Amino acid sequence: METGTTKVKRGMAEMQKGGVIMDVMSAEQARIAEAAGAVAVMALEKVPADIRAAGGVARMADPYLIEEVMKAVTIPVMAKCRIGHFVEAKVLEALGVDYIDESEVLTPADEVYHIDKTQFTVPFVCGARDLGEALRRIQEGASMIRTKGEPGTGNIVEAVRHMRLMMSQIRKVQNMSPDELYHEAKTLGVPYNLLLEVHKTGRLPVVNFAAGGVATPADAALMMHLGADGVFVGSGIFKSDNPEKFARAIVEATTHYDDYDLIARVSRNLGTPMKGLDIAKLDETQLMQVRGV
Amino acid sequence: MPKIGVLALQGAVSEHLDSIRLAGGEGVAVKRVEQLADLDGLIIPGGESTTIGKLMRKYGFIEAIRGFSDAGKPIFGTCAGMIVLARKLEGGEEPHLSLMDITVARNAFGRQRESFETDLEVKGFDTPVRAVFIRAPLIREVGEGVEVLATFRGEIVLARQGHLLASSFHPELTSDTRLHGLLLDMARQRAAAASA
Repeated sequence: METGTTKVKRGMAEMQKGGVIMDVMSAEQARIAEAAGAVAVMALEKVPADIRAAGGVARMADPYLIEEVMKAVTIPVMAKCRIGHFVEAKVLEALGVDYIDESEVLTPADEVYHIDKTQFTVPFVCGARDLGEALRRIQEGASMIRTKGEPGTGNIVEAVRHMRLMMSQIRKVQNMSPDELYHEAKTLGVPYNLLLEVHKTGRLPVVNFAAGGVATPADAALMMHLGADGVFVGSGIFKSDNPEKFARAIVEATTHYDDYDLIARVSRNLGTPMKGLDIAKLDETQLMQVRGV
Repeated sequence: MPKIGVLALQGAVSEHLDSIRLAGGEGVAVKRVEQLADLDGLIIPGGESTTIGKLMRKYGFIEAIRGFSDAGKPIFGTCAGMIVLARKLEGGEEPHLSLMDITVARNAFGRQRESFETDLEVKGFDTPVRAVFIRAPLIREVGEGVEVLATFRGEIVLARQGHLLASSFHPELTSDTRLHGLLLDMARQRAAAASA
């Protein structure tokens, strides 16, 4: 028997498809998320909206908090490490988390190198804005991709931009001739073999979720229509008026993303979603999506 | 060609649809109970059993799938699907469909870092199946009339009870379609018996 194989690591993400992964900051929130039908929780000390507000350096969560969340629920538990911080990642693996997010939401620890994710038994998810970033992360060993969007803004515009761009690039690659593929690999800065796989299959070799700005059931359904395999909701749930109701509604809207009567029903009287930010008004240094390309 | 539904509330649906097609059947993603009517068989896929179970209750799938089973139509549960089929869950958790006379332990091998793949001898197959176990459950006990088809280190990981089939592992993640072929055979036999 073999552990940590590509099949086992990518397969874990396949099992999350059609589901919602929710950011939680305590065992109690994790239980609320599980009860609402989350397929996994992301254990964090602060949701991205609070990280933005607090400023300073954002790091891996306290192992105590992660363990409390792991004890509270039976669904998979994910946790974030800083980009390039392979020791934080090793610590998370030692704790037994089910998935590691090498995340731009935290302050990057390395401005050049991402973690060599092939050296881990536990699988990784990484953010990407386009096909080039996605395939570079996959080459480094990521078993799951998510759009970066712009975390903690409650504004879906960047996640939409990233998903649309990735899908249109995939369609373009599908129709390329071999000589065009060689050139495209060079232009995107990605390994030719991975690009060839995208050309043949018309999809990324791993599951691709939406993240970074999902705040309402309709936002989640929109991302599913654009081709997401599932949805991460960060600040959107526990920064809303009624987290339990929001969580349940987003789960239902993700499953039935083309049933507009259902989305109307679950969206009724939900209360106020998280406030949100106009991304155009953010200063360049406040953008998280430009970290780790 | 048998028409096999894959319960598409959450989980690895497209992989099962591909495997059904490769095994010679027609696959349909099932999101509404009305779709069950014209199916010859059903797969409950891997995913998160707590999520799938909640959504099944919410949309009336519990009663509808019990009716489907009462009609003798075959059902195959993989991983989370096996948990959903079980009559008893270890630890006192409330069962979902309560159809198959098995007691299932969830996350029985540990967390994701303990997930693995291995070659598995299966009763009736000439060569082993490559079995992928992901945060997998296993069958602790079986009732009378349940046939054990495969074990791993002494634990039951594949079993059949008449028209019900359950695996701890994920046949849809490999190109081996023999277990999907078995489900198709079960669907054909049931259709032949029903029309006789």
